[in-house]
Parts: sequence; C-alpha cells; structure tokens
Amino acid sequence: MTRAFMKGNHALAEAAIRAGMTFFGGYPITPQSEILEYLSGNLPKAGGTFVQAESELAGVNMVYGAAAAGHRAMTSSSGPGFSLLQEGISYIASAELPAVFVDVQRYGSGLGDIFQAQSDYYVATRGGGHGDYRMIAYAPASVQETVDLVGLAFDKAEEYRNPCLLLSDASIAQMMEPVVFPEKQECNPDHDWAVRGKRGGDFKKITSTMYYIENFDQYIHDKYATIQANEQRWENVQVEDAEVVLVAFGISARICKEAVSMARAEGIRLGLIRPVSIWPFPEKAFDEVSKDLRAYLTVELSALPRLRDDVMLATEMKTPVHHFLAGDTIPSSRTIVKQAVALLEK
Amino acid sequence: MAEKRIPKTLVENNKFCPGCGHGIINRVLAEVLEEMGLADMAIGSVAVGCACLMIDTFGTDWVQAPHGRAAAVASGIKRVRPENFVFTYQGDGDSLAIGFSETMYAAVRNENITVFIVNNGIFGMTGGQMAPTSLPGQRTTTSPAGKDPALAGQPLNIVNQMRQLPIGYLARGSVGSFKEIIRLKKYIKAAVTNQIEGNGYGLVEILSPCPTNWKMTMQGALDHMNDNVKKFFPTGEFIKEGVLTDA
Repeated sequence: MTRAFMKGNHALAEAAIRAGMTFFGGYPITPQSEILEYLSGNLPKAGGTFVQAESELAGVNMVYGAAAAGHRAMTSSSGPGFSLLQEGISYIASAELPAVFVDVQRYGSGLGDIFQAQSDYYVATRGGGHGDYRMIAYAPASVQETVDLVGLAFDKAEEYRNPCLLLSDASIAQMMEPVVFPEKQECNPDHDWAVRGKRGGDFKKITSTMYYIENFDQYIHDKYATIQANEQRWENVQVEDAEVVLVAFGISARICKEAVSMARAEGIRLGLIRPVSIWPFPEKAFDEVSKDLRAYLTVELSALPRLRDDVMLATEMKTPVHHFLAGDTIPSSRTIVKQAVALLEK
Repeated sequence: MAEKRIPKTLVENNKFCPGCGHGIINRVLAEVLEEMGLADMAIGSVAVGCACLMIDTFGTDWVQAPHGRAAAVASGIKRVRPENFVFTYQGDGDSLAIGFSETMYAAVRNENITVFIVNNGIFGMTGGQMAPTSLPGQRTTTSPAGKDPALAGQPLNIVNQMRQLPIGYLARGSVGSFKEIIRLKKYIKAAVTNQIEGNGYGLVEILSPCPTNWKMTMQGALDHMNDNVKKFFPTGEFIKEGVLTDA
C-alpha cells in the first residue's frame, strides 16, 4: 500500500502500472495527455514498454498486438481520439482479447472543447465500433475510485477476454486528491490463447473468434448476458425512503451525493443511484428504491440526455424519468436540490 | 521419380488464383524460416486482402490486423515479445494505401520487425480496383479508362520513401523468373537475419503478377511484369546493415 496526493490522470497511469500493465501505446490529446507523460517515464522504469504512436489508430493496433501476445495492454484518449479507437476496439472484442481503454471525456461533438463533460455515454455503453460486441465500462467518481477501477478493469478484461473501458472526464482527470495504491501485480503473459510462436505445438490464429466457434450467435449472446447478470456495480444513497431519486455517474454523481445530504438536512427525501458500471447498466440498483418514489431525475454533463434512456429502460418507465442537463458546467448541489423540489411541487 | 520437398510450414494447399505470385513467395518465406530454425518462433501479422488467406495455410502463429494496420500490430507484438521473429505480410493496397502511415511510422521508429509487401499493382481480393502502385494507363475497375496520373498520382514507390529512413534493410525482389526467385530468397534471408541481429526495420517489396485482375494469361501477366512493371519498380538491395547501397 502506498499513499500519495495525486492528479487523477497520474493516479490512473500509476494504477495501470500496478495492475501489471506492460504495454501502453497512445497519442496526446487534452485532457488525458498526463497519462502519456507519466507512463513515458514510469512504465519503462517498471519494466514495461511505452510507445507514443503516430495516431490513435496505430496506438490501438499496437495494443491489439501486445494483447494478442498475452500482455496487459492499455491505451487512453479523449473524445475525438476515442472515436478513432473504435476500429481497434471492435477487432479486439471480436478476437476476444483483453485490453483496457480510457476515455477522459471532453465536451462536444467534432472538435468540441476541452472542458469536462459526459457526452460519450452512448459510444461508451453501446459499442462505438462495428458489429455485435459490448465493452465493460466503469465510471469513477473520484481519484481513488479511478485507481480501484483500473485494477478491476484489467482483471475483468482478462476474466471475460473482452475490452474494458474506464470512462473518466476532464474534472476527475485534472483534480488532485489523496489516494492509496495497491501493491504492484506481476502477470504471466503466457496464456494458452496468446501468440508466442508455436514452439513445437500447433500454430495459433488470433482473429474474429466467430470463424471457429459453433453456434456463434448463441455463444456471443450468452457471453454478454453473463456479464450483464454478474458485473453490475453501483452505489445507492438513501433510496429506501426517497420521493425523488437522482441518477448520475462520475463527476455529476459527486455533486448529487452532496445534494442528497443538503436535501435531507432540510427534510426533503432525496436519494441517489450512482452507476459505477455503466455497461452493464446496474438495473438491480433500481430494485432497492422506495414505494413512495415519485420521480427519477438524471443529472448529466451533456447537451443531450443519454443516461436518461438507460434509466427509462431499466425502470420500464413505471415512474416518470426527468433529466437535468448541465452541458459543460458542473452544477452546484443547490441547483440539483432545486430541480428535485420543483419535481415534487409538480 | 523426383521427391516433392514442400516445407512443413505450408500446412495446406494455398488458395491463391492460378498464376498468382503469392504461392511462390509463401514457399520461399517458409523455406527461409525453416532453414533458419525460426518457424517455431515466428509470429505473423496479416490484415485483409489475398494475403489473409495465409492464416489457414501458412503454419506460423498469426494475428489478423484491421486493414492497413499490420505494422502497428506487429510493433505491439515485437515490443512485448522481443524473443520472437515478428513479420508482416501485406499487399500493396493494404500496406501503401490505407496502411501507408502505419507502414512508414514503423520504419520511422526503426521497429525491429520484418515487413513483406507483395506489389501486384491492384486490389486483388476486392475485385481489381486501382491501387497506389497501379501503373499510368492501367485499366482497373475504378480506373476503367486507364489510371490518369494527373488525377490519381504516379505509382507509389515505397523503396524511394524508405531510403530516407534509418532502417536496417531494404530490398525489392520479384518472382519474374527462376533467377529472380533465387535472388528473392537471398533478400528474404537477409531481411530475416537483419531482425534476428537486432538491426531494426527490414522491408522486402516483391513484384508479383495478378493474371486474374490484370485480365491476362499467366504468361502474359509475367511478361507484363518483367517488361513494364519493373521499369517503375527496379529490383535490388537498397539498404544493407543500415547503409545505403549504390543500387
């Protein structure tokens, strides 16, 4: 265990090294460039390899190669760069290889801007690349949780042989907080599925597993259904008696948590569901809400509602689902309380 | 009766069209890997196009990359498994059109990998579309009136691009005659040795006929390659042990 006071991006990079990552290939883009900067010096010191690729396309395909060779590999990007990673992510999912991806979200489509946002929810949870795949996606709400989820992401990626995403944002990536790191893991890359030369045995082919698996449609359906059933993660705050339940992930969930305390002090029965895994979406979290519930309110840092859709699906719209869109502005907890009170007064 | 001595690395009959050069190149590469004791430690990175048919017939470990990205995938493999022999095997459309950036930057970084580019001047598997290496006037399915260099550019000569770079080995061979195949084997051996000795990026471009998409007979395609294609793409060794030759 090591204690430190660190910026989110640096802590994420250190956590990846401690999770046994031996290869990182990436390309600079704000607001995630400190991940590359940290790893360029510290990953080689830990015995791993850092490559600054000529593009996100090259970076993700280097990750594909390293992952195919059995090593724990990662790349990170933000918004426009994350769009470019999708080709490789689809291939890695199709070849059923483990790898970890980071998207430090920034605001807007196209070039957008470098401010914090949560606008990449669809591309993170639906699979931005082509074809039938999904990616386990975690949304940390603090620097410590970033550290914890990076380790989990590598473990789950390997367990399910599937890409795993850490969906951060500019505010968590750029803030400094105290963190506790786990001990460094040593990982054996010589998995039975990894390419390492046939060494007297049969040769291996890493490509879409659909070519080799019988009843592939059923197989892939079952794989993702298993993840959906077993890998839901969430935090519920005072939902048992709440009349309004906020739903938010990442940085906006942090404000919402404060809003719950503020509302409760004033006798307003507010609660919070905070998805930690945004895919699989934690549908089970909604089983714990009160019978007195009058409305859900999603709080999202985006211009269009995204999380709202998953809440509607999870609750089958039995309760009204409202949304509050903060764009690229982090709302105050007082603003959130006011929004909730307005719903109760309707 | 003469004994057929087929390298063990060729585990199945190849699936290429009659008269295609890939079969010869596959055989030469398999012979070199076996003679050098590397077949057991080789990992290939292949993408799409005709080359990807090798994944079933050429018995080394393989990773199938997205179109154009084989050099980036190979870089990732080699960086984590430096003890393995890591190579790419690509067509010209794959490596020089969509994959030009990955091909060039693997060389810019002087990655210790070996790259084989089979240049038949056309997109083969997708049905004969114009490639960066198509000759001026060449009729393809996307240049039905013949390739117009004013619109599509002159044939891309990767050897000329690579000569500027600090790489270990650079050569262009051909399957145009028995003599040239013997010379090609020497180039491939030199490129493989280059990686084993840790001298960095090695590239062998190989001129190869595509009678199917050139819409020629086998002999006609071979003659066209020897008489016309070679004028644009001269063969020889251009960089040896990191030093430019006089070729």
